[in-house]
Amino acid sequence: MRDLSHPLSETAPGETGQGGSGFSRRAFLKGSGAAVAASVIATAVEESIAQEKKVQRVVAGKPTELKLDINGKSQTVTVEPRVTLLDVLRNDLNLTGAKEVCTTTNCGACTVLIDGKPALACAKFAVECLGKKITTVEGLNSGKELDDVVKCFVKHDATQCGYCTPGFMVATKAFVSANPGATLEQIRKGLGGNICRCGTYDGLAKAAVECVANAKKGGK
Amino acid sequence: MAERKFGWGKRSENVLIGKSIPRIDAAVKATGAAKYTADTNSKGTLFARLLSSKHAAAKLTAIDLEAVKNLPGVKAVHAFKEVGDEIRWEGELIAAVAAERAEQAEDAVKALEATAKFEVLEHFVDEADVARAAFANRTKGLGKANKGDVEEALKTAKAVHKGFYGIHTISHMCLEPHGSHCEWKGDDLDVHLSTQSVSGTPSQFAEPLGIDASNVTVTANYEGGGFGSKFQADEWGIAAAKMAKEAGRPVRLMLDRATELKIGGTRPSGFIDVTVAADADGKVVAWDSIHWGTAGVGGGGVDLGQMPYPFDFPNVSKAQVGISCNTGPNRAWRAPPHPQLCAITQPALDDLAAKLKMDSYDFFMKNLVFTQHGKGEVYAEEMKIAAKEIDWKKKWHPRGKGAAGPVKQGLGMALHTWGGGPGACTCTLKIHPDGAVESFLGSQDIGTGTRTIICITMAETLGLPLEGVKVNLGSSKYPASAPSGGSITVGGVSGAHRRAAQTALWKLFDLVAAKYKVEADGLTAKDGNILNGKDKVCTWKQACALLGQMPLEVQGKGPEKDGLTSERVGGVQMVDLSVDTGTGLVRINKFVSVQDCGMIIDELTAKSQVLGGLIMGIAYALTEEQIMDNKTGRYINADLLNYKLPGIGDVGELVAIMYQPDSEYDRGVIGLGEPPVIAPGAAISNAVANAIGVRVPVLPLTPKRVLDALKGGQA
Repeated sequence: MRDLSHPLSETAPGETGQGGSGFSRRAFLKGSGAAVAASVIATAVEESIAQEKKVQRVVAGKPTELKLDINGKSQTVTVEPRVTLLDVLRNDLNLTGAKEVCTTTNCGACTVLIDGKPALACAKFAVECLGKKITTVEGLNSGKELDDVVKCFVKHDATQCGYCTPGFMVATKAFVSANPGATLEQIRKGLGGNICRCGTYDGLAKAAVECVANAKKGGK
Repeated sequence: MAERKFGWGKRSENVLIGKSIPRIDAAVKATGAAKYTADTNSKGTLFARLLSSKHAAAKLTAIDLEAVKNLPGVKAVHAFKEVGDEIRWEGELIAAVAAERAEQAEDAVKALEATAKFEVLEHFVDEADVARAAFANRTKGLGKANKGDVEEALKTAKAVHKGFYGIHTISHMCLEPHGSHCEWKGDDLDVHLSTQSVSGTPSQFAEPLGIDASNVTVTANYEGGGFGSKFQADEWGIAAAKMAKEAGRPVRLMLDRATELKIGGTRPSGFIDVTVAADADGKVVAWDSIHWGTAGVGGGGVDLGQMPYPFDFPNVSKAQVGISCNTGPNRAWRAPPHPQLCAITQPALDDLAAKLKMDSYDFFMKNLVFTQHGKGEVYAEEMKIAAKEIDWKKKWHPRGKGAAGPVKQGLGMALHTWGGGPGACTCTLKIHPDGAVESFLGSQDIGTGTRTIICITMAETLGLPLEGVKVNLGSSKYPASAPSGGSITVGGVSGAHRRAAQTALWKLFDLVAAKYKVEADGLTAKDGNILNGKDKVCTWKQACALLGQMPLEVQGKGPEKDGLTSERVGGVQMVDLSVDTGTGLVRINKFVSVQDCGMIIDELTAKSQVLGGLIMGIAYALTEEQIMDNKTGRYINADLLNYKLPGIGDVGELVAIMYQPDSEYDRGVIGLGEPPVIAPGAAISNAVANAIGVRVPVLPLTPKRVLDALKGGQA
C-alpha cells in the first residue's frame, strides 16, 4: 500500500505521491491554464533540485542516519529509507500522538504539519522529510496554556475514545489558521479527511465553529 | 440517630449531577498525551507482525518457522497453526514474528509466507442467499416459536403485507486495533491491553501461559474503541506474551488494519421473509417470519427471542436459520442484536402502514400497546417530543408523494429498548487526612466518560469541586469491576461510588459531631464545608484532619437494590432525509433522538453517547458493510478506503433530546451506551421508503441499492 515515490515528491494531504516529478498534483490543479501549470512545474522542479543538493546521500536498503527537525528540535534516527515518518515518530521518538489507523491515507489519524501544512505521516518516508519542519500534536501543545482548539474540543466534548482526536486537533488547527471565519459547510469539507468511529462529529463541528470565530476575532 | 440510607440527593439541590460537564480527560486525549496500548514503548520493545491466511478454507500443509529465525532483527517466532491444522476463514492467524524493527518483522513474515503451503478447501461466504446455503449444506435450524393462531388472524385481517428485508455484516473497525504490549519482569507479566475488561483478562493470560493470575497485571489507561469486541486476551495476546518470554524483551503486537477488520470482530447479518397483517383500525394482528444470517463458521446470527422487535403481537409465528460462512467470527457489537432486529422488523411494519394508507406516526402510536417491557406511555411521550422537533405533521407526506423534482425528501421513525442495568463493581474510596480524595477500581474508560461520571459522583456526594477528587482506574490490581459492555458500566460504577462516598461521609460526620458537639444527623457537606443546617461547622480539610494520621478507606459495592440504579429504557428516533433519485445518494437532513435513561449524571457526555449512536447508525444504515467475494472467499474491502464510514460532512443536523421528567430522575442511574445505536437503520430505511415510494430492502442503503430499488419499482 505504501507508495514508493521519489523521496522529494511533495504530496498534499490525502494524496499519495505522483511519481518523481516533484510537484504536487493539488498545486498543479490549482493552476488555471497551461502557462500557469508550466510555471508551477518549473518552479517546483527548481525547488526540488535545490532541495536535492541539500539532501545527504541515502543508500537504499541500509539504515541511514537522518537528522530531522521535529517540533523545533533536531532529532537523529538511524533507519532504512523505507521507514515512514509515522513509524519514526511513534516507534523511534516516542511521539505517539499521531496514531497509526489505516496506513492508506484514508483516515487522518496521523496528521502532522510539514512546513506548516497538514500532511499524513503514514504516507511520508522519514527520509522525505529531511530539511523540512515537522510539527506533531505534541509540538502544537507544548505551551503551558491549552491551545484554543483543545479548549474548544473540551468544551464541546469532541472526544470519545480519543484515538482520532490528535489527528483532528492538528487538522483543525491547520484549517482554522488557514480559514478564520470559515462557515460550517466549509468546516465540513475542510475536515472531511479525518475519520472518527465513536461518532464525535457533532462536537467536533461545534468546536471548529467556535475556533474559526475565535480566530477571526483575535487571531488566536 | 436517624437511619442512614443510600440514595441520591434532591434533584433541585444538585451542584454537579445532571449538569453538562466536560469530560476530565478530554484535553489529555486532544493533546496527544494520552497513552494507549498501541503507544506503549518501554525500553527494548520489539515489534510484531502477523502472517494470516489468504484462503477462506484450507489446510496448512507446510511451513518453515526455522527459515526466518535468523533473519535480520528477528527475535521470536510464534506459530498459531501447525502443519495439518485447518483454516476456516480468511485472515485466520498462522504465525507471528517479533523483531527489532517493524519493517524487519514484515520482511520475516513475507519470508515465512513463502514457505507456507496450503491444501485449499471449499468455502462458502454468501450470507444473504439462504437457498444457496441450504444447497451447500450450510444451514441449520435455530429454533421457532408460536403464539396464538397466525393463520386464522391472517384470514380476517384488513391488510396483509409480505416483504423481504436484510442487513449485512459489519466490522467493529476499532480505530485502535486489538492488541497488547507484553513485558515480563521475572515471573510477572505486565500487559498493556486494548480492552473493555481490565479485571476480567488476567486469568485469560495466566492459564495458557501456565502462571498464576496473580502474576499478571493488565493495564488499560485509554482504549481506542471496542464496541463489544474487546473482552478477551485473544490468541494474539497470548502470542505476544510468549514471544516476549522467548526474546526476553517486551513485545508490542497490534493487528494490522486488514486483519483487524477480518478477525477483530463482526456483527452478524440478518435477512427476513415476513408476512405481517393489521386490522381495520391499524393494529397489528399477526406476524409470521423466518429469518437467517451468519455469525461466522459457527452459524448463529440474530437471536430469535426478541423478534418482532420490540413488540409482542397477539399472533406470532417465527423461525430462525443460521448459515455457516467461512468468515471471521462475530463478537458483541453495541446492543447485540437489537440493531439488526430493529432493522428487519420495523421496515416491515412501516410497509404495512403504507399499505393501510396510514401515517407511520399514527401507525406506530396505535401499536405502542404491543411494545414489551411496559414502555408504551414513555414511547408515546417521546414520539410527541420527537415529532414536534422534526415537524412531522407538517413535513410528512404519503409514500412517494413529496414535492416534484429529482431529489426526494422523506420522514421515517423507529423505536428501541435496552436494559442497561448496573454491572458488578467494587471500588475503594480513600479520604486522606489532608482532605484529598481518590478512588480505585479495575474498571476502564472506553470513551464513554467513565472517569468523569465517577468524579462527578464523588464530588457531588462529598460537597467538593471536581478537582478535589481523583479516580484511578484501568489496572487489574485495583478492586474488580465488570467489563464495559451492554451499558452496565455507568450504573455499576456510580452506584458503588455513591455508596462508598456516603459511607465515608457518615464516618466523617460522626467525627465532626463529636468534636464540634453537634448532631451528626443534621450535617451536610457542601462547597468544601461541613454544614449544620445552614451554619458552617468546619471546612472539609478540618473535618478530614480529624482522621489523625491514617486515611479513611471505604469499599463501595454494587449492584444493590437500593434505588441508586435500575434498568430498562425506551427511545424514539425520527429522521428527515433527502434521496437523489439520479445518483441514489441519501443525505441526512435532520436526525432527532428522544431518549429516556433514568437519572443523568453528566448531560454533556450522555448526549455524546446518543449523538455517537446516531452517527454509528448512519454508518451502518448508509455505507458500511463487510463485502465478501463468493469466488475467492475474501473480505474484499478490508481497508479504510473501501470500508466506507461517514465523515464530518455526512451526518446532517443531529438533535439529542434527553427525556428527563422527575419520574426519570427517580429511577436512578441506567446505562445509555447501547440504546441510541439501535433504531437508526430502521428509521433511515423507513424515511428513504417515504421519500422515493419504494422500499430499499437491504441495509446499507448504498447508491446502487437505492437505484436498483427505483428500477424495480414496487415495494
